[in-house]
Amino acid sequence: MPVGIEPQDLELAPGHNYGTVTDKISDIVLKEGTGKWWKAGFAVAIALLIVFHYGVVLLMTYGVGVWGVNIPVAWGFAITNFVWWIGIGHAGTLISAFLLLMRQRWRTSINRFAEAMTIFAVACAGMFPLLHLGRPWLFYWLFPYPDTMGTWPQFRSPLVWDVFAVSTYLTVSILFWYLGLIPDFGTMRDKAKSRAVKIVYGILSWGWRGSAIHWERYEMAGLLLAGISTPLVVSVHTVVSFDFTIAIVPGWHSTIFPPYFVAGAIYSGFAMVLTLAIPLRRWYHLEDFVTLKHLDNMAKLMLATGMIVTYAYVMETFMAFYSGNPYDRYMMLNRFFGPYAAVFWTLIGCNLIAPQALWFRRVRRSPWLLFVDALIIQTGMWLERFVIIVLSLHRDYLPSAWGMYYPTKVDWEVFLGTIGLFLTLFYLFVRLLPMISMSELRHLVHKTQAEEVKA
Amino acid sequence: MARKRPLYGLMAEFETPEQLLAAVRRTREAGYREIDAFSPFPIENLGEAIGFHRTRLPVLVFIGGLLGCSGGFFLQWWPNVIGFPINVGGKPWNSWPAFIPITFELTILCAALTTFFGMLALNGLPTPYHPVFNVERFEVCSRDRFFLVIKARDRRYDVVTTREFLEGLNPSRVMEVES
Repeated sequence: MPVGIEPQDLELAPGHNYGTVTDKISDIVLKEGTGKWWKAGFAVAIALLIVFHYGVVLLMTYGVGVWGVNIPVAWGFAITNFVWWIGIGHAGTLISAFLLLMRQRWRTSINRFAEAMTIFAVACAGMFPLLHLGRPWLFYWLFPYPDTMGTWPQFRSPLVWDVFAVSTYLTVSILFWYLGLIPDFGTMRDKAKSRAVKIVYGILSWGWRGSAIHWERYEMAGLLLAGISTPLVVSVHTVVSFDFTIAIVPGWHSTIFPPYFVAGAIYSGFAMVLTLAIPLRRWYHLEDFVTLKHLDNMAKLMLATGMIVTYAYVMETFMAFYSGNPYDRYMMLNRFFGPYAAVFWTLIGCNLIAPQALWFRRVRRSPWLLFVDALIIQTGMWLERFVIIVLSLHRDYLPSAWGMYYPTKVDWEVFLGTIGLFLTLFYLFVRLLPMISMSELRHLVHKTQAEEVKA
Repeated sequence: MARKRPLYGLMAEFETPEQLLAAVRRTREAGYREIDAFSPFPIENLGEAIGFHRTRLPVLVFIGGLLGCSGGFFLQWWPNVIGFPINVGGKPWNSWPAFIPITFELTILCAALTTFFGMLALNGLPTPYHPVFNVERFEVCSRDRFFLVIKARDRRYDVVTTREFLEGLNPSRVMEVES
């Protein structure tokens, strides 16, 4: 270890070799089985998933009227949850793609489960526009195909752009994730004892054998996918923000939305990565791989994106008054003092005040404080989307068209239900797949050793 | 007992990536061309040492992206201008700026699909059967050991001299690979 560097500043605890990192990660799946934490968590996840199904059955039976949505607030919880979930996904892609291009080595031990988080979050996000369609079984009408009706989707509408952006995002995220899994499936195949397990992982690995020439093309593919995904991740939340900015509703029609949405997405996404990483490293004793350095770095990114979001709030408020537009000004006053003022001020507390704690190194390096802060920030980001959607829609131009929105029981059931869906998928992922990339960890061991030799 | 099938080649096992890289270089210097190296993670310069120069993958991905881009634009241009022209807010039929987001997304989608499946296709994956897996010891290749294979179809290959050559590289063991 080079002089002057403390163990908690390393991306990988000292004393590991290729074998130990491989065994540690693969044994979680192949040997340790289901622990008590896993079983307890999975039970909660399944219970929430049942709540989700219950809510969806009610929705399918009676229609979207069981939700609180109506005119003027036609979007309500559904789109709030959609934007929240899809934003959460962004941190996973940022870690796997952008940090790879930036040669940030600390991404190595968090990228696998962050990517899994992305895929599951996008799956949850996708539920809401689908269910909000009213007749979800006709969702394929959104795709352009030569149908007997002779009609086409409205390609000039941001809602159709959204279909393409989100489905591309889901596909590319799965490809990126699977690409990283291929060599690890090879390891699982070689390490598994039972023949059936060997065959399953063998098929999933596509017969990967670690040939030098294969590694060359594999590395190139990883680099190319990273290069392709980086603009993609920026574009997805930009297109999501177009759903709002292209409309002329006060509080939506603003050019600041695309960068503000992307920053907010990364902000909530890192909060979610921390929410998952902190219990995982504790339950599965992964402190050697997900070190305090990782937590510290993620907290710093959260702080930085939080500051961008704060700037956007300030600018939004300033522009509402500076523009001289009476509707914009009223929208802002309505946020401050209107019927939903409590929601707005809670949002300010969660998104602006809470992250200030991250200026302190002690907070960034104490996992449980960080965990609590991350949960507060996620709540704040959910409230932000609620404020953007409901507070803009419920009072726009004509006072005669104003109204209130109150979520119903089914609104809550479907929202909490998708948390169950997310957790169920995540628990299955942790149980069945290597949750940290073993091949990349071995590579990291090699690089670290090379540096030690130099030092 | 007479062997029914000829050997695929000979395999040598090494402890570290540096040893493998050095061994590959010496094998190339000795004139062997039909060789392959296996490792649990990518090793810098190993591909070059083995005689692999450049992958065509970036070119394929560029073509894939180009197809996605033009196809994506055409997908929107044709229905709006030829197939089903409909007046939306008085905008021109070919209101191309509104078509850019989908064109962009489809460019990305096609480029990403080409990257993933192109990598697999160029690598000849999936490979349901490969001789190297006949060596029981090879299962540590995905954990912490490094392997060099000289294939029997190499011009210079000879059961005795090639084996002696491999032993001379100081491996931890040398094994036969059945085909």
